[in-house]
Amino acid sequence: MGHDEFQKQEGRIFTTSFFVLLTLSLIGIILIAVRCVKGIGAVSNMSDGYPWGIWIAYDVATGTAIACGGYAVAILVYIRNHMRYHPLIRSCILTSMFGYGLAGFSVMVDLGRPWNAYNFFVPSKWQFNSAMFEVALCVMAYSTVLIIEFLPAILYSLETSRWRRLHLILDSLQPLFAPDKDTVLGNIGYVRAAAAWIRPRLDKVLIFIIVLGITLPTMHQSSLGSMLLIAATKLHPLWHSPLLPLFFLINCIYIGYSIAILESVISSYAFRRPYEIPQLSGLAAIIPWLATLWLAVVVGDLTWRGQLAAVWRFDIYSCFFLLEFALLGFGSLILFRDQNRRSPRWLFVSAALIVLGGALYRFNVYLIGFNPGQGWIYFPSLSEVMISVGIVAIEILGYQVLVKMVPVLPRIGHRRHARFRATTPRTGLPYPAITKSVTPVQPT
Amino acid sequence: MSRQNRREFFKAAGLASAGLVATVTPAAASSAHLPDNAQSGMLYDATKCVGCKACMTACKRVNARPGGLAFEQAKFDQDGLWDAPEDLSGNTRTLIKLFKDTKGWSYVKYSCMHCQKPSCVSVCPVSAMTKDPVTGIVDYSKDVCIGCRYCQVACPFNIPKFQWDRTLPRIVKCDLCRNTNLKDKGIPACAETCPAGAILFGKRKDLLAEARTRLRQHPERYVPHIYGEHEIGGTNHLYLAALPFGSLGLPVLPSDAPAAFSEQIQHTIYKGFIAPIALYVSLCCIAVRNLKKGEAQPAPAVTPKKEV
Repeated sequence: MGHDEFQKQEGRIFTTSFFVLLTLSLIGIILIAVRCVKGIGAVSNMSDGYPWGIWIAYDVATGTAIACGGYAVAILVYIRNHMRYHPLIRSCILTSMFGYGLAGFSVMVDLGRPWNAYNFFVPSKWQFNSAMFEVALCVMAYSTVLIIEFLPAILYSLETSRWRRLHLILDSLQPLFAPDKDTVLGNIGYVRAAAAWIRPRLDKVLIFIIVLGITLPTMHQSSLGSMLLIAATKLHPLWHSPLLPLFFLINCIYIGYSIAILESVISSYAFRRPYEIPQLSGLAAIIPWLATLWLAVVVGDLTWRGQLAAVWRFDIYSCFFLLEFALLGFGSLILFRDQNRRSPRWLFVSAALIVLGGALYRFNVYLIGFNPGQGWIYFPSLSEVMISVGIVAIEILGYQVLVKMVPVLPRIGHRRHARFRATTPRTGLPYPAITKSVTPVQPT
Repeated sequence: MSRQNRREFFKAAGLASAGLVATVTPAAASSAHLPDNAQSGMLYDATKCVGCKACMTACKRVNARPGGLAFEQAKFDQDGLWDAPEDLSGNTRTLIKLFKDTKGWSYVKYSCMHCQKPSCVSVCPVSAMTKDPVTGIVDYSKDVCIGCRYCQVACPFNIPKFQWDRTLPRIVKCDLCRNTNLKDKGIPACAETCPAGAILFGKRKDLLAEARTRLRQHPERYVPHIYGEHEIGGTNHLYLAALPFGSLGLPVLPSDAPAAFSEQIQHTIYKGFIAPIALYVSLCCIAVRNLKKGEAQPAPAVTPKKEV
């Protein structure tokens, strides 16, 4: 698992999509500023009946599930010992890092009194009965773990980078910049040495961090399900089950594998790289079995609780339940066919269906199946949606920029990859040569 | 090799899910809970209430502190002469409502039920919601609250209210005037003020006895049910009324406390933190062994494609 498995994506950072995403991010940030000044009610449609809106249902409950790619692929690589999936792991960890970071950020936007959040660290305030306490501590710990897991890529870049961008920035600042350019550049040597010192030491203990990165999501993803256990009188019986923690756990794993496929297909398409068909088809073979397991447990649970009749009532709840079921079932059916698992198009379609179905499940539990009583309605306001959109935009923006700065994506023409290249149909766009196009700028 | 692996994986996964599977018996969840009848509470008799709303005014007068309760203006009242809340809110802890249907009409007073096993206390991640073990008062501390609103999600009565329109919001709910009227005069402001004797304040056991007496003496006046005696494990705020409670905007609830149910599942999974640690240790063993195996064979064979 050396660094030769990964490479930097060459290309400009300031693309059109960069500016589109930047605009969306800025709109989100402005609306967050409005929320901070005028209160949550000024930008959202949340109410005392629906105290949790899309910021929790999407950004936190669904967002962290979508960010489970790193978790799901880490299970496969390190626990199931399928090292051939290792090239996928860095981009998965990067998206997980952004996903969790931004879920945390959304929580801070959503919290009414965020300045009191330090109480999570005050032992006398700990409340072990609360599923949210468990989720909060686990998510904070996991975000830290993800950063450590990603650190080798950053250290590697610090060590080997030619600091082209720093040179450019320093050059442009030169007439105004007070510290001497040479002094700044002279310090690069220390940064390199420090990175070179830390990296091998980190590599040695990294496996224990990685396993922590598998344990923590197991805990908090199931606890995300436990959060709604208390709403026994408000959550529709189709979804309120003592098995909620188990459902959320299985749900996040198949979403994790599907999102790993989606990310890989999308970034291959967007960055004009060859598709990672052999790895992806392997992942895709796991998903339908997980989805089948999940559907079986759901049906078994409904039968045991005597709620099967509610499925066929065709009211709004039963419709959303059936839709969630259909998305998952249909997506899995596609993937049961070996041929479809080798086609990027079908991989994309089925993974998208499964992510949608899995996400809809979480929406059903957190919002759609949640009925606080008569007279309450909730539909997110435009500014509420735009804050969520802005947060997602920041996430994609960060991914786009970081893959161009540190080696994250699998190396094209990687040893094991090359073996499959002749046999797999490549419908992707031609990809640029990977020769280093970096022209070092000599310090003057 | 792969089969061995798989077995170990499932063994580890089994450890994690064992806790979940063990909870497949929710019926036993809340039977152990006994109501503590020495706690303080209120009995509201809807048949005595005259709807004068003096209790609402008294509550706001006594508990209006900066950042706390405020007047709510009616649409027609440009000058803000009257306090006219439409529902419990971030400005209003207690409220009288009038319900009418074909059988008749009734006033009903809303405020915190002060549950025996309160969901809001159970879910609060930072212990901002607390239940006094002696008086049974469910209180809220704005200095600890992070504003996550989980208490609102959890409360079956939708009692905790959030100040959506404020920059520095807090949760608002009745605390039986714990820091104001109860401390000064030994009785909550609403019960002190009520001119019709519709609100009684006292120990839960005395209130229950009084309610049973009224039901026995005037069976024709009441529906034969003390609302709050058994609902979600019992509440300290009790109701008597002439109309079915479901038609008075009070939810029809089972006698099991949701908090007991959710806590049992959470505690089964996290008992002594054994399951997470066991999971971590076993996963570590598997991962380290896999790594060593990978180092022993530098070029791992590509596993068959049908591998699941």
